[in-house]
Amino acid sequence: MVQSPHPSDVESISAPAVADPVAPGPKPSALPVHDRRAPSTATATRSTDSAQAVVVIDGVTKRFGEVDALGLLSLAVPAGRITVLLGPNGAGKTTAIRLITGALVPDEGSVSVFGIDPGGRDGEDVRMRCGVVSAKPSLYDRLSGMDNLRYAAELYGLGRGSGVDARVVEAADQFGIAADLEQRVGGYSTGMKTRLALARAVLHQPTLMLLDEPTSGLDPESAVAVLAMVRDMTAEGKTVLMCTHLLLEAERLADQIVVIDKGAHLLSGDPDTLAARFWPHPTVSITTTDGFGLDTLAGIPGVADYQRSGDTAAYRLDVAERVPHLVAALAEGGAAIESVVPFQPSLEDLYFAIRAQYGRGPNDPSDYVAWRRRAPGQKTAPEHAQQEEATR
Amino acid sequence: MNYRRVATVARTDLRQLAQAKDFWVPMGLLGSMFFIVVPTILLLSITTIGDVDVVDRMAEALEVLPESAMAQVANVNPQGQTGYALAVFLFAPVAVIVPLTISTAVGASAIVGERERGTGEFLAHSPASAREIYLGKLLASIIPGYFTVAVGFTVYSVIVNLLVGPDVGGWFFPTREWWIMILWVLPPFLALCLSLVLRLSARVSSTAAAQQASGLVSLPLIMTAYSQATGFLVGGGWVPVAIGGVAWMVAIVSLTRGVRSVTRARLLGVAGT
Repeated sequence: MVQSPHPSDVESISAPAVADPVAPGPKPSALPVHDRRAPSTATATRSTDSAQAVVVIDGVTKRFGEVDALGLLSLAVPAGRITVLLGPNGAGKTTAIRLITGALVPDEGSVSVFGIDPGGRDGEDVRMRCGVVSAKPSLYDRLSGMDNLRYAAELYGLGRGSGVDARVVEAADQFGIAADLEQRVGGYSTGMKTRLALARAVLHQPTLMLLDEPTSGLDPESAVAVLAMVRDMTAEGKTVLMCTHLLLEAERLADQIVVIDKGAHLLSGDPDTLAARFWPHPTVSITTTDGFGLDTLAGIPGVADYQRSGDTAAYRLDVAERVPHLVAALAEGGAAIESVVPFQPSLEDLYFAIRAQYGRGPNDPSDYVAWRRRAPGQKTAPEHAQQEEATR
Repeated sequence: MNYRRVATVARTDLRQLAQAKDFWVPMGLLGSMFFIVVPTILLLSITTIGDVDVVDRMAEALEVLPESAMAQVANVNPQGQTGYALAVFLFAPVAVIVPLTISTAVGASAIVGERERGTGEFLAHSPASAREIYLGKLLASIIPGYFTVAVGFTVYSVIVNLLVGPDVGGWFFPTREWWIMILWVLPPFLALCLSLVLRLSARVSSTAAAQQASGLVSLPLIMTAYSQATGFLVGGGWVPVAIGGVAWMVAIVSLTRGVRSVTRARLLGVAGT
């Protein structure tokens, strides 16, 4: 079982009402689809269907005073995969992680991790098998990096002594922080702290990694390095649940995404499947000099729909194999083709499409639809104004 | 209950405390003042300088002590009697005020400090149980206070024996009552005080608030412990011993109830919100 959506979500998954399925994307994805969703070596050999759910959250609510942190959240985290929990600030991502380790207990619903209730009597078994990296590194600034790791080693039952120290150094070395272990953590940079927190989280060789915005506050280089390390974790067979609101990093890692908002599950699944649901037909954008010949393609078999915007038109096709026919037809008609760009929906497109479907776009959903409808290369009014300003 | 984890939590807290010069330097000075500086000056002024006025005034004060208390030094000179009375009876509060003050200061930030530093998140996700964390914090709060007493008591013993001993016929300190007070009367008051302070630390929103609140809570306890210690040393007998026993029972009940105050939600700072 890949997911255990709340009953109210089932319908939306099986019959996704797309925000704008016809419209071409605003821009081609920065990363090819097969790259950004490439599962790790270990996970590539497993099918989603056969993957066991390590974490199952079913209809959980959690309230803090007057605030509903979680409202009937349901999700499942398959084994050996990277599941990315996506959502805006305050969506309930951190609360979800706290429920998984048993640090918090739900008001309603149930949480099962490795088949155990983490908030129950056997919660220690769950916590022994979890490695957690919080949004803030949660390190003891007055202690050295070595002492921080030793503390964790002892709490997680690794004991003390030279054997444990060797394991500590090994874990630190895995994240490139071994040389700085004798320094006090108070003198560490944010990146070093995150690396140390990651080393601490893997010290006891957990099978489930819970990462709460692990790249928060990092410079781009460190963030990329951390993401690479996260990817390596699944290569070692670990299950990873990562919270983020940064779509780009989710795009690079996710085997499965779970979109939540206001403590509720909106949609989940592997990115390709979800993209296929929202954009079931291949779309290609073609630009010719002066837009010559673009309208003539509308009558070609297999072109379901098209939208023209200046020198560019976006064609929705029945199958991707139609693209050479379109290009050939344009060439035969004497058009000077400037670009042929297949639309590859990015996770950003998908995320906003999902949120727009639920009327939860960060901005006015109608703005989003307008944005989505523009042809490749076409600029929004603010973007256009910015460019004009720059030109002047 | 995993006692290794309890020891680990305590040891790590103490290690951090050892790094905090801004904490232990003032506390060291406090201990030095009570155990070394003040007794040395007073005892020196009586035994070595032989200030007649001071001795006379002290002798008047000693009249309030029961005869049994002074029976051991009935045949020594006035300087010796005064020095003995000061060393054995009047500095008793020293052994109470210093450890309670130090332990209260440590305990006040024990839980809320984790929350403020963000390290409560780490503990909340760790396999350590709330009870193990609580006991670890309790130990880490008791040990600095009791360590100060142990060191201060030792140094104080040497000082009073060196300064007063020649006048009373040799080494006389610590007396049996002092041993009992240090080992029997002081610990339950320390535990009782900390059980309340740790509860406060788990509930308040900042270390500053914890310090203020724990000061209010610990002050009556310090005064009670002071009076008990003084009464025990002066009056002797079995009543103070019994009171120590009652204090132990109250402390155990309070500690047991205090365990419930530490929860993972409180370490995260989301309890009661």
